[in-house]
Amino acid sequence: MNSAATKISTRGLNVFYGDKQALFDVNLDLRRNQVTALIGPSGCGKSTFIRCINRMNDVIEGCRVRGKVILDEEDIYCDDIDVVQLRARVGMVFQKPNPFPKSVYDNVAYGARIHGLADTPGELDEIVMTSLERAGLLDEVRDRLSDPGTGLSGGQQQRLCIARAIAVSPEVILMDEPCSSLDPIASARIEELIGELSENYTIVIVTHSMQQAARVSQRAAFFHLGAVVEEGETSRIFTDPSDERTRDYITGRFG
Amino acid sequence: MIVLTALLLLLVVTLAFETGRRRAVTLAVDTPRSLHSRPVYHGAFVALCGGLPALFVLLVWLIAHAAVVEQLVLAQLPEALRGQQPERVALFLAEARGIASGHFENQRAAPELVAAAADFLRFSTFSLRLLPVVVLLVALAGFMASLPRCTPALRAQRRVEKILRALLAACSGVAVLVTIGIVLSLVFEAFQFFLRVPISEFLLGTHWSPQTAIRADQVGSSGAFGAVPVFAGTLLITAIAVLVAAPVGLYSAIYLSEYARARLRAVVKPALEVLAGVPTVVYGFFAALTVGPTLRTLGEQLNLSVASESALAAGLVMGVMIIPFVSSLSDDVIRAVPQSLREGSLGLGATPSETIRRVVLPAALPGIVGALLLAVSRAIGETMIVVMAAGLAANLTANPLEAVTTVTVQIVTLLTGDQEFDSAKTLAAFALGLLLFLVTLLLNVIALSVVRRYREQYD
Repeated sequence: MNSAATKISTRGLNVFYGDKQALFDVNLDLRRNQVTALIGPSGCGKSTFIRCINRMNDVIEGCRVRGKVILDEEDIYCDDIDVVQLRARVGMVFQKPNPFPKSVYDNVAYGARIHGLADTPGELDEIVMTSLERAGLLDEVRDRLSDPGTGLSGGQQQRLCIARAIAVSPEVILMDEPCSSLDPIASARIEELIGELSENYTIVIVTHSMQQAARVSQRAAFFHLGAVVEEGETSRIFTDPSDERTRDYITGRFG
Repeated sequence: MIVLTALLLLLVVTLAFETGRRRAVTLAVDTPRSLHSRPVYHGAFVALCGGLPALFVLLVWLIAHAAVVEQLVLAQLPEALRGQQPERVALFLAEARGIASGHFENQRAAPELVAAAADFLRFSTFSLRLLPVVVLLVALAGFMASLPRCTPALRAQRRVEKILRALLAACSGVAVLVTIGIVLSLVFEAFQFFLRVPISEFLLGTHWSPQTAIRADQVGSSGAFGAVPVFAGTLLITAIAVLVAAPVGLYSAIYLSEYARARLRAVVKPALEVLAGVPTVVYGFFAALTVGPTLRTLGEQLNLSVASESALAAGLVMGVMIIPFVSSLSDDVIRAVPQSLREGSLGLGATPSETIRRVVLPAALPGIVGALLLAVSRAIGETMIVVMAAGLAANLTANPLEAVTTVTVQIVTLLTGDQEFDSAKTLAAFALGLLLFLVTLLLNVIALSVVRRYREQYD
């Protein structure tokens, strides 16, 4: 494996919620500036896995993580890693759009303000506009920047959340079923956006839609019962899976 | 006898329910699938038709029983006794009732008193014996009238729901009616007061000395009824209380909801709520016997003159009293902020404290404001602590080390003991009460509108 092409790799990753083990020895490499789709039945550990990459599991009481998650040759579970800095590098978009109860502008400016990315109001405007533009939302909200973000439609809210994540200039964007609460048109818009974003960001997306995984990702990993069963090029996984469980899942025989 | 009647009624209603249900089942057997409502509703319909009027009769009877018996006894009295002053007649009747119930000796009582007592006994025994008969007859009449109406076409379910809905509405109406009654009684007495003291003097006067003469020739017969110092005292003590309770309550709510582990929270939150269960009179002791003297001693050491019944002592203890209101309500509100918002903020690299300040608290603000205002209205209306720990003299001052008095303290002192209810002094209590009520009402209205405005903006 060429280390320059690998952005994130996990080695022997085990996760426990209390007494229950959710992930078993996961070894996975995620490539730089590519979209990796994580597929698998509900409860198989996909979300747990991506929440390990920005240490979002830390906020869950009773959750323990063992093993290594290496981001650019640095173990993020090392003691001298600043979780706050890490999360600025690894952004996250959630299953349900969760705009803050603030204006559209303040939603996008939130991260930039916290990390002090802008020295003048002009720079902040610049960051907000660029992020909205890249999230493909600018034209729709240009006149509504001071309206509450919660007043947008579901699809717009999700793109607002993506703009919010982009605004802090992350290197990786994690997406946990970003389209599960959206209609097909809004989903298509987000998928298109993911394609554009993968030029600049490493993207990991959890999805339940096989078609979506096939459309947006270059690589895919199939999770089952907390372990990675198979991983590889998306086109190969979907046309010629080597494991029977993967074949059963993508042909809809279980899950 | 009353318990027996209630039990009998319950039994009869149960039987009626069963009869109605059976009848419906029988009807359904004859003509299957033709019942409009399920048999249970037919049963309930019959039970309600008889049970409700009977219950109503029972309640009215119990309320009217004493008065009716008294009227009957009165009618039996000799003309000479009945013609006396109303107070004397009432006294006579009370004595007769005492003898009838065996509380007084009847050996040395006057013969007409003994006769009246016997009447009392006779009439009330009769009334109580008649009660179950009448109640059961009413119930039976209701059942007989409603049972034949149980046909397949009877919309029993809708009728039962309608009756139940009316009952529920009546229950909620009770609260409203009682409130209206309280307000009306306040308004009526306050109006009497404002006939004696001009409303402008009451609202704007800065001197409060509610002494009126009982006899015309007494000295100091002109009272002063300026409510400003009294309300200023209330505001001062409330302000001190809020200064104590708002930060302590809010910060402990933030700690409990955002930082504390589940097991710690399970111990600390109930412990905080115990504070709300401490009787206010106990807080009163604490303020008057511990906090007040301590503050005075401290003040002496610092060369400050601190009144032993200072506003500070009462305010501090009142603040402690309302901490659980602020903390418990705010904690609920903060926990109601969706976890997804917290994760969204943390996921952008915000620290937990930034998340709380910039996302969680703004989202919870309406609820927190509501909790604070609720606590404030508690503090304004609180009586026992200030009666025990605040002063009586109406000083118009903003110095928390001096003694001030509050609206509630004045109401208590004006109305306790033997009082005439036609002097400005006692009537002033109602005016104060009315104004206090209006102030807390205003606060509640403001609280509601603040909450509503933010909610519209955020959801």
